[in-house]
Amino acid sequence: MLYREAGQFKASYQEDQQIFPIRQDRIGMAVILAFFFLAVPMLASQYWLQAILIPVLIFSLAAIGLNILTGYAGQLSLGSAAFMAVGAFGAYNFILRIDGMPFLVGVLLGGLSAAAVGVAFGLPSLRIKGFYLAVATLAAQFFIVWALVKFPWFSNNSSSGVITAQQIEILGFAFNTPESKYLLTLAIVTVLAFVAKNLVRSTTGRSWMAVRDMDVAAEVIGIRPMRAKLSAFAVSSFYCGVAGALYAYTYLGTVEPEGFSLDLSFRILFMIIIGGVGSIMGSFLGAAFIVLLPIFLNVGMHAVFGSAMPAGMASNLELIIFGGLIIFFLIVEPHGLARLWQLAKDKLRLWPFPH
Amino acid sequence: MMMNDMANVASSTGGGGRRIGEVILDLKNISLRFGGVKALTDISFDIREHEIRSIIGPNGAGKSSMLNVINGVYHPQEGQILFRGEPRQKMEPHMAAAQGIARTFQNIALFKGMTVLDNIMTGRNLKMKCNLFHHALFFGKAQREEIEHRKKVEEVIDFLEIQSIRKTPVGRLPYGLQKRVELARALAAEPTMLLLDEPMAGMNVEEKQDMCRFILDVNDQFGTTIVLIEHDMGVVMDISDRVVVLDYGKKIGDGPPDEVKNNPDVIAAYLGTSH
Repeated sequence: MLYREAGQFKASYQEDQQIFPIRQDRIGMAVILAFFFLAVPMLASQYWLQAILIPVLIFSLAAIGLNILTGYAGQLSLGSAAFMAVGAFGAYNFILRIDGMPFLVGVLLGGLSAAAVGVAFGLPSLRIKGFYLAVATLAAQFFIVWALVKFPWFSNNSSSGVITAQQIEILGFAFNTPESKYLLTLAIVTVLAFVAKNLVRSTTGRSWMAVRDMDVAAEVIGIRPMRAKLSAFAVSSFYCGVAGALYAYTYLGTVEPEGFSLDLSFRILFMIIIGGVGSIMGSFLGAAFIVLLPIFLNVGMHAVFGSAMPAGMASNLELIIFGGLIIFFLIVEPHGLARLWQLAKDKLRLWPFPH
Repeated sequence: MMMNDMANVASSTGGGGRRIGEVILDLKNISLRFGGVKALTDISFDIREHEIRSIIGPNGAGKSSMLNVINGVYHPQEGQILFRGEPRQKMEPHMAAAQGIARTFQNIALFKGMTVLDNIMTGRNLKMKCNLFHHALFFGKAQREEIEHRKKVEEVIDFLEIQSIRKTPVGRLPYGLQKRVELARALAAEPTMLLLDEPMAGMNVEEKQDMCRFILDVNDQFGTTIVLIEHDMGVVMDISDRVVVLDYGKKIGDGPPDEVKNNPDVIAAYLGTSH
């Protein structure tokens, strides 16, 4: 009853092209933003902010990055974690080596370094597709982690490449509490999510999707596959790079190259598969699912078995249930959580009437 | 003057008052090989402005290869192509698109994951000037450009009578409508030359009639030159100005429909001869 567009007429193309064409969506988004910007910092405990919400936001950003490349432009990549590492080490070095470098500019430059590296490793995509491209991007994953350990300059000569993020300071305000770090992360992720949404609904996004769906036809109507693919690699790596910088600065504080392993790349890939390939919304849902589910399982196991079960067995059981749930979700809805969300909205439009 | 116009109308079998103009594309001695397979051998013909030029021939005759040569997907090993009198150098498909050559495909080549509207909007791609940074902001320049091109796209949508399916993902549409959307995408580019690869394959009579009407209207109203590959001889002979006949990669006939129909080589290729 509440969610339907009856009576909302679009009198101009401008109105028809809004980011959320339905009024209820606009109100809903405003409520969600208000909740996360105002209510959450006041209500949530420090543990929730620092250990759960900040990583969910950061992984959402990385997942948006990979979703742009894989979901929208159709290029498989297993190098997301490596591009995050470039962003983290890039931001670290810019802030370390240039006096008075503002934090946000440092993060931006870190993201841009990741974009440049992403374009370089995206070059094989001009000739190879699909799984072969995924294998080629593995080169990025291994090479970048190797280079960051091998050349101590990147970590300012620290042992085994560990870097400790500097204090975050913007216009004299120090971000050292979980609340402030959470708000900073949330602000950056929100802005970049809207930018991503703008990109995918404009000519840039259409040319990415055109290359994904039918590259010969795209070329014939004047889209240059090279430009579309490389811009997707650049934007995707930029997002991963910024996520990596935030990972170092607002989440962990101390990172090492080995932390950005293939394992992390796979986790980001699972996030977009579970959340929904080709959906900005799905990136958030997928990241939340992959980060939160193990925590809920853990809490649930403790509540059910208490200390009756040996710890090792409990953690293995958690992994089994986690894997089982992922398989279950993929069978029930192969298009991910975003699709379930979409279906729910379609149902709501008619509810409570059957037709 | 009046008489002259009348004569032109009479001479064009298809539509209204379009004037067949100069040679726009001249193909000279084109040969195309894939390894040892000769797809096209020494083919020459020309295409005049505003005409409907059909390419026919049995399966595997090289018709689609011919279209692919015209819009730069394939590069012939021998021969020369003159576009508006200028010899063509190395050609990529997007350059052909920039010269105003649009096409549809034999097997529908729509962007399956996108809506009808987005598919047609991609046809405007070459005319859009905003870059990635404008798009990231969306408001301002990119939005104005988007609206301006949306108006053009809506004109095409009206022209092809597909208003009701604007927001539908193309994957959900029936075959005949998908073909129409593909035509819309090509038209959105406002091409001077439109290459149609079997636009009526697999359609029922009614859909064929609609498609014929659209092709004639495009040709008539916008003066678009049309290169048509089609197996329905009734359609081809009805709407074409001139017809090229290919068989086994060689040209075996070229001329107005009536002449081609009575060409013994063409009859032999299509019906076989008694030896």
